[in-house]
Amino acid sequence: MKVGVIVFPGSNCDRDMYHVLTDVFNLNAEFYWHEKNLPSDIDAVVLPGGFSYGDRLRAGVIAAHSPIISDVKKLAEKGIPILGVCNGFQILVESGLLPGVLLKNESLNFMCQWTNLIVNNNKTPFTCKLQMNQKIPIPIANGEGRYFVDDESLNQLKKNNQIVFSYENKVNGSISQIAGVCNSDGNVVGMMPHPERAAEKAINQIDHKPSSLIFESLIETIGMKN
Amino acid sequence: MPNFQVSVVIENKPGISDPEGDTILKDLVLKGNNNDITKIRAGTILKFSITEKTKEGAKDKVLKICDELRIYNPLVSKVTATVEEL
Repeated sequence: MKVGVIVFPGSNCDRDMYHVLTDVFNLNAEFYWHEKNLPSDIDAVVLPGGFSYGDRLRAGVIAAHSPIISDVKKLAEKGIPILGVCNGFQILVESGLLPGVLLKNESLNFMCQWTNLIVNNNKTPFTCKLQMNQKIPIPIANGEGRYFVDDESLNQLKKNNQIVFSYENKVNGSISQIAGVCNSDGNVVGMMPHPERAAEKAINQIDHKPSSLIFESLIETIGMKN
Repeated sequence: MPNFQVSVVIENKPGISDPEGDTILKDLVLKGNNNDITKIRAGTILKFSITEKTKEGAKDKVLKICDELRIYNPLVSKVTATVEEL
């Protein structure tokens, strides 16, 4: 089981993600520079957080044109689990792999704080071991995290069960308090909060188990396939 | 061939909230007793210098680039372009 962690110029959560995948969950992970190709036999791909290209123009938009994104799109079509966290979510949205857009937070401030997520869809490769409506204590750290879609797309998201996580309380002005969504097939998931900063007891004194289940869900999914 | 500068303004579509523009209006402009100002929209300006045969050609080419490379996000933003000969 091999998980690819994509590194863009300005990624800064790539090592945290790698550490959690390998040291905490014993997965075989590898970094892939954004100008390289992804192997076609890879089992899952993670786009980590950070500030690719310094958030110039709009968070994620320049990285969305990176050569590796065409491989990510091919893998997404094949049904390979793909997770984008924070800047990774912004890149997935800007590359068209996920619907919607992430605008500047309503406060216009960079927000770095603990929040509670609520699980709205436990059928994805990253949530299948979580319970519906389960609460996840987890940090956010972003300046452009306000999820937006128009009314028609919001209805589609609801109808297709594509809202994966929502904030328990109003955080940044996201429409319907959405914190994470998936594509219509469910294999591509994006979320603004950072599970890699919450899945270990040493750095999550509230409860690290719910965030752990995001990674354990992935293990169950790709483990079952192999 | 002549040189043109195409100025592209990217701003949120009407109906998409613009907290930056709202803050400038409420907390700066209206506090300065300028009650005749009713709205401010913040945006981004990109100036493209381009060699083209005509003004219209320069504008069309730049707007095409903006569309193809998603320089603006059509879901929430709109662009307007003005051209001047350099």
